[in-house]
Amino acid sequence: MGLDIFLQHFLNALQWGSFYALIALGYTMVYGVLLLINFAHGDIFMVGAYIGFFIATFLLGIGGNSFAIPSWLILTLTILGSMVLTSGVGLTIERVAYRPLRERGANRLYVVITALMIGLFLEYLNLSLLGAADRGFPELIQTDVYTVGGVSFTNVKLIVIGLSVIVMVALEVFLRRTKIGMAMRAISYDKVAVPLMGVPMNAIIAATFVIGSSLAALAGIMYGSAYHVLSFDMGILIGWKAFIAAVVGGIGEVRGAMVGGFLLGFIEIFVVALGQVPGFEWLSSTYRDLVAFTVLLVILTVKPTGLFGVARRQKV
Amino acid sequence: MPMLQIKHLTHYFGGLRAVYDFNLEMEQGDLVGLIGPNGAGKTTIFNLVTGAYRPTEGEVLLDGENLVGMRPHEITTRGIARTFQTIRLWNELSVLDNICIARASRIQYGLVDSILHGKRYWDEERQIKRRAFDLLAMFGLDKEAHEAAKNLPYGEQRKVEIARALATEPRLLLLDEPAAGMNPGEISDLMEFIQQIRRDFNLAIWIIEHQMRVIMNICERIKVVDFGETIAYGTPEEIRNNPRVIEAYLGEEAFDAA
Amino acid sequence: MKKYYLPLLILVLFVGIVGGSWLHVFNEYWQLVILFMGINIVLTVSLNLINGFMGEFSCGHAGFMAVGAYVSSILTVWLFADDKIFGPPVLPASWAIPLFPVILIIGAIAASLAGLLVAIPSFRTRGDYLAIITLAVNYIVKSAIENMEVIGGPRGFVGMKRVMNNMAAVFDAPWLLIWTFIGMLATIFIIRNFMSSTFGKGIEAIREDEIAAELMSVNTRRLKVIAFMLSCGLAGLAGGLFAHGPGGYINPGTFTILKSTEVMVMVYLGGMGSISGSIISAIGFTLLLELLRPLGTYKWVVIPLLLVVMMLFRPSGILGNKELTDVFPKLRAIFGAEEENYAHAAN
Ligand SMILES: Nc1ncnc2c1ncn2[C@@H]1O[C@H](COP(=O)(O)OP(=O)(O)O)[C@@H](O)[C@H]1O
Ligand SMILES: [Mg+2]
Repeated sequence: MGLDIFLQHFLNALQWGSFYALIALGYTMVYGVLLLINFAHGDIFMVGAYIGFFIATFLLGIGGNSFAIPSWLILTLTILGSMVLTSGVGLTIERVAYRPLRERGANRLYVVITALMIGLFLEYLNLSLLGAADRGFPELIQTDVYTVGGVSFTNVKLIVIGLSVIVMVALEVFLRRTKIGMAMRAISYDKVAVPLMGVPMNAIIAATFVIGSSLAALAGIMYGSAYHVLSFDMGILIGWKAFIAAVVGGIGEVRGAMVGGFLLGFIEIFVVALGQVPGFEWLSSTYRDLVAFTVLLVILTVKPTGLFGVARRQKV
Repeated sequence: MPMLQIKHLTHYFGGLRAVYDFNLEMEQGDLVGLIGPNGAGKTTIFNLVTGAYRPTEGEVLLDGENLVGMRPHEITTRGIARTFQTIRLWNELSVLDNICIARASRIQYGLVDSILHGKRYWDEERQIKRRAFDLLAMFGLDKEAHEAAKNLPYGEQRKVEIARALATEPRLLLLDEPAAGMNPGEISDLMEFIQQIRRDFNLAIWIIEHQMRVIMNICERIKVVDFGETIAYGTPEEIRNNPRVIEAYLGEEAFDAA
Repeated sequence: MKKYYLPLLILVLFVGIVGGSWLHVFNEYWQLVILFMGINIVLTVSLNLINGFMGEFSCGHAGFMAVGAYVSSILTVWLFADDKIFGPPVLPASWAIPLFPVILIIGAIAASLAGLLVAIPSFRTRGDYLAIITLAVNYIVKSAIENMEVIGGPRGFVGMKRVMNNMAAVFDAPWLLIWTFIGMLATIFIIRNFMSSTFGKGIEAIREDEIAAELMSVNTRRLKVIAFMLSCGLAGLAGGLFAHGPGGYINPGTFTILKSTEVMVMVYLGGMGSISGSIISAIGFTLLLELLRPLGTYKWVVIPLLLVVMMLFRPSGILGNKELTDVFPKLRAIFGAEEENYAHAAN
């Protein structure tokens, strides 16, 4: 594999890993705060993408007809609009389905099954209302292709990677500098002490769902911009994988989710890439999932708490 | 050779030294007390002896066999059973099941018998149940046998915990604050009861207790720990007059009350 | 006299179901529904051992089902069918009838060995670890099968229809229904007996307080591995039965997380830790799926909503952790109560 091809795949892996990382963040933050595996989160990503799709089509419709809205504005409005509305969906789910169970002190197994059901509901509601046909995501950014020293890449790819990195840095700053962010981190370490610190628990939970859903929405729009295809089941596999990535990073650890997400992105892209290298033809691209899940499983077996997680001893 | 021999037992939780150089010897039939202020490391010592935690250093020998590194159920099978400072019964299960399950390591029949329920299975299960009822009767709990453990009043739950520990057929019984939450009348009964089971089961008993009345009246020897270290060891009389003990307990009402 | 109620009930059911199918009292559609009920009972009762009785969280039951399904169907097709890959049948068709249950058991054993592989790393730590590992394993199994071209890869594996036809040609009987019925009985028998033994009850102690169980002499690690292997083995049995169904066809897409989720839902619906609850809910849920079929894709909008609402208003499922005989004590006359055997032990 020449350096140019390697760099090519490297960029692809960064982009692919960005999606995983952004979704994994939502899983890991909710888990950190509530110890809840929010299995509906992959479908929140799908919802975010579709909401973005509708906003963008609507705005483009107006733009085409009467006065042209500049494309950067459409992009910004689409992203912000989808983040807000998707947060609304996430918050509603938390309010209607999870919180009543939590307040009753229901077994965590029930909460997980509820989350699975919410996921199914979102998928099949989409399928039933919008039909099985894939939707083409509009081109919000005029795609330009650049070639530097044999490596060609699109502006979209750079924007996806850049935006992801910016958002993740912003999230770190939020978690370290703001009161609510610090409370979130504190809760992940000590479930008992924080409610005593006088931080309203429900505000923290709401913020967690807002952030998680917004990141998923952002990932959804970027996914749409990069691949231009939306389908009702687009969140399932990517969601499960992002969840495993979060676990591999150390569930509840924000940095773990980022590292886990990018790690998974790299494994997948390079398994496929390696299959094109002479001598490795046996490594068919269909091995992608198999290799990815196996590597993750091995990491978990060797380090059960994940890469960044710390073991928490049970008190006797 | 003493039945139980603890040598240089030491345990750190990260940087926190919870137990340091703890030593003790016990013989069959001994009744030893372990006291110390809250957070002194008493429960941790029990956790180390029963294998719940692995000591940072030191040895625990039962009849000369080193228990360090064994899993808790192996240690229990060898004859050390305990109760917990905060009750840890299997709440949803019946009182009877709570007792029977503690005989797990004595079960002879295998997986296949547990599914096919042959004659051997029934013989053994009947015997397990009979012994469990005998134990419950001793504690006056046989009427409650089919009640879920969580539905029993606190005092009776404490008794079920002791009965469950006895069901494992221990030679050494560790009781972690058995009188906690009991009224004076119940405490008197408990003291009587502890001495009775020692006699009936020919046990060694090692007891952590904050109620000085219990410790001073029934223990033959008392170990005092503070900040993980042993500060005194002797008869109740010696402990009562030991200036270091009095200092460690300064301001703690439990000691004055005794 | 009481002693004979249960065998009699089973006999009536058996004759009713098998005889009814044989004489075409119910049509093929209803035979299929009954078949699925039986298979779902096996799946639900077996998963209940882990998710209900033990309180751990296995998300990958369909993966173990797949192992049993593929192992047993490869064996039957290789031994008893003329197949493009495996060539002419190895054994005469008449052997298929006695060997079919043996092959189902082999499939179950294969699934339980897969369970052993999963159990060893999973039970070192508690919490959601098992959920994560089983989830990954479900995908690994599916993905591994997709990559095995010999057995059809993503397109699936066929030929079981010929095996079943050959069996029917030797002696015409609803063989699959017969073995599903027996497999279902065996599953209920195994789990019920195991969970009523003092040995098996250690599993419930693990659910209630694992540390206390270990400290009270229960070998928790061994017991968890045994329970998990048992559960996976029975999932493999269900897979073997499913693979030989009227479609005569399996593909990796059948054994996804969605299938695992379905089983989890049935366990939850019936009540965690209730065998009779699982049976009722497997039957009810199978029927519900059929009843809602006219809704098309809206079926999977309605069912999750129903479940979420139910979660809010009847959170412990149909029976909670009770058995039918606890709710209706009169039924003990039929199903018996283990305690009776100890009546004299008390004195
Ligand atoms: N699992 C644990 N992890 C960290 N620290 C612990 C743990 N268990 C006990 N400790 C600490 O060890 C010290 C001794 O605790 P413990 O043995 O429970 O005291 P006691 O039973 O004498 O009241 C305390 O400071 C306690 O906070
Ligand atoms: Mg203590």
